[in-house]
Amino acid sequence: MAFVQNVPFFSIILSMFSGIISSVLPEKQAKWLNTAVITLVGAMSAWLLSYMLKVGGSYTFMMGHFPAPWGNEIRAGALEALMALIFSIIMLLSLLGGRKKLKDEVEITKHNIYYILTDLLLSSLLALIYTNDLFTAYVFVEINTIAACGLIMIRQNGRTIVAAVRYMIMSLLGSGLLLMGICMLYDLTGHLLMSNIQESVQQIMQESSYQVPMMITIGLITVGLSIKSALFPFHAWLPDAYGYSTVSSAAMLSSLVSKGYIFLLIKIFYRVIGIHIIRGSHILNVLFVFGLCAMIFGSVNAIWENDIRRMISFSSVAQIGYIYMGFGLGTEAGMVASVFHILMHAATKSMLFISAIGLTDASNGSRHFSELTGSGYRNKIAGVGFTVGSLSMVGIPCFAGFVSKILFAQAAVAHNAPVKIFPTVIVLAISTILNAVYFLKTVIRIYVPEKRAYEKKQGYLSFRLSEQKMYGITIICFILLNLVLGMMSQPIVHIIEIGLQNFS
Amino acid sequence: MKGTDNRCGGIKAFWRAVWEKDESDSQPEILKLEREYIPDEHAILKHRRDHDRMIEKTYDIEHNRIYGFFRRFYRVAGLLCAMALILILLVQVSYLPPVGNSHNPGSNEVAAKYIEDGLQDTGAVNIVTGMILDYRAFDTFGESNVLFIATCTVLILLRNDKKKGKDSAEEEEKRDSYYEPKNDVILQTITGVLVPIIFIFGIYVILNGHLSPGGGFSGGAIIGAGLILYLNAFGFKKTERFFTEKTYKWVSFSALTFYCLAKSYSFYTGAHHLESGIPLGKAGAIISSGLILPLNICVGMVVACTMYAFFALFRKGGF
Repeated sequence: MAFVQNVPFFSIILSMFSGIISSVLPEKQAKWLNTAVITLVGAMSAWLLSYMLKVGGSYTFMMGHFPAPWGNEIRAGALEALMALIFSIIMLLSLLGGRKKLKDEVEITKHNIYYILTDLLLSSLLALIYTNDLFTAYVFVEINTIAACGLIMIRQNGRTIVAAVRYMIMSLLGSGLLLMGICMLYDLTGHLLMSNIQESVQQIMQESSYQVPMMITIGLITVGLSIKSALFPFHAWLPDAYGYSTVSSAAMLSSLVSKGYIFLLIKIFYRVIGIHIIRGSHILNVLFVFGLCAMIFGSVNAIWENDIRRMISFSSVAQIGYIYMGFGLGTEAGMVASVFHILMHAATKSMLFISAIGLTDASNGSRHFSELTGSGYRNKIAGVGFTVGSLSMVGIPCFAGFVSKILFAQAAVAHNAPVKIFPTVIVLAISTILNAVYFLKTVIRIYVPEKRAYEKKQGYLSFRLSEQKMYGITIICFILLNLVLGMMSQPIVHIIEIGLQNFS
Repeated sequence: MKGTDNRCGGIKAFWRAVWEKDESDSQPEILKLEREYIPDEHAILKHRRDHDRMIEKTYDIEHNRIYGFFRRFYRVAGLLCAMALILILLVQVSYLPPVGNSHNPGSNEVAAKYIEDGLQDTGAVNIVTGMILDYRAFDTFGESNVLFIATCTVLILLRNDKKKGKDSAEEEEKRDSYYEPKNDVILQTITGVLVPIIFIFGIYVILNGHLSPGGGFSGGAIIGAGLILYLNAFGFKKTERFFTEKTYKWVSFSALTFYCLAKSYSFYTGAHHLESGIPLGKAGAIISSGLILPLNICVGMVVACTMYAFFALFRKGGF
């Protein structure tokens, strides 16, 4: 066994251990430890990724002295390593970009709790990515949920508390359905290890003895995870939770937490149930319809919104709709497009949140559009970041959003059922136009010059790059990440393809 | 006239002071915390009225038709969704394999190995403990982290970080004793008898976790309950002599650190097929079954601290 194969184990344990240590460290050391751990995890994931690309395939790692069906096990391949790499990069950038705001909005005595939460959030995301055992997945889903609640309400005002309560209720409903599903799956198959469950499920589907309860179980798990990842009719908690929490939390919640659940759902589809059984059922059609609805309604809500942070949050609803629409296509190409969209949305949405905060800071903290006029000149780097993010979301070539949109369109056109081709292509077009309406409206708004006298009267601050070095570097890194995803998409799409093939 | 009055007042005050001193000497601490704190009922009522008025204004169904419609719609939709879920789950239960049947899919080689080889593999007589702390120790580590992070979240919500002067601390003590009178002789006497027994029983449950039903989670809960009982009977001042926020921090830190390091070692050696070198000992002895006993102690400490911390935070916003 090569030493690099320890990386998944090391990164999970390291991030958990750093969370535990942070509980006794003062605020500053906790911050450094957190930054160091996330960087280290990212570097190790990159190492693992290069190794897995060389070797190919995937491997399992025994957690303890007992082999798989008895003990715990984790599993890693190229796709998992890529996910871990991009997630840790985005987490690092979100934390760096929101650090100044964190200081303003959160009591100083609670900072080290914030870092505990982020460490444990990272560990739970890594565990969701690497796990090969359904119950381990559930345990870490719990950690993820509680950490996310803490991240929302650590900025204490009435709105965040209400948002956290709403998030808690919806998220626990999702966890409950997931847990029920896992229990029933165990009752029907007698296993918790993903590959063993898949064998039993295939047997059950052939023998037709437990087909009905199996379908209900799959339905419960799917609904549970889609509630947790805010698919359209279950998105009511989302705008408050992302709109009012402190900006690093909002960036991490929108780009990582919900994506972790979606990745788990992909794993369950491929590794637990078996993708051909999922394709044979009608569950994908249901996801398809709700995905399409989300693409339209999320964008319409975003257009109505008068608050920039809530607008970006509603845009998340639409983007999650894209991902589920890709699932719903039911083809390999659709799934690849969805996974790429996960990465693209994670990279872009965190950038939008981070740069929006720069714009609102330059407008006396007001988030309403009328006051944001000209803020792109007052805080140049934030304006550039927001523009790049918007162009990427709308799907302008060179940026990441373009690649995922074209992947979706190709997947739709290559589909063999016209029932799915036309709705997909039409809704994709409508949704793109709606995206353009609300994002470009904002970009135009921030670059409309405001009268000097009015700015002076309002007391708006101007920020230079030299005054906010860390923030500027963060935005530049985000832009670079976006360009990498947009212009070097071929190798990434290739990794996703072989990763999904390894899954099944 | 005025002067005599003053003098009389002075004398009265003096005698009252002497009398009260005597009283408090003869019955220590009981009269000191008499009900001096009277909450401002008027302010509370006014606040409540404002609150009600705000709610009425915000959710004015008479004038806000859309809100009225959606309120009714959500009620009906919620009811329908719940009924549908209940129906689905009932159908599901009727299809699931019957409980206790030996041909169930659940009774396969996984369960068989736990039962047959559990003692030999883990050295624990209690198979359940062997399963959660040895076969599937990674899950249990995650689970103790769930407790840890839950306490962190409650700390965010409830910990009162404002620097308090001495006055406000005293005020708080008064308010505390008004709402929950302590120094109750019956409660204190019974607690004095019960708490040592509870603690010893909790420690027994933890230490015997690998031999008999029990273990870290249940034993920790018992000890935590004992701590809460002690706190209720004697108040924060006495509890703080041996359990402060610092104690909580360091106990849970060291327990989780030990768990993490010990299990990392065991995972690492396991994954690389190395001998861990931890003796399993003689089955049935109190010091046996390798890492399970210390891990049980760690889990017990984390659980006890978590329970106490939750209570203290909900009660007062701190330790």
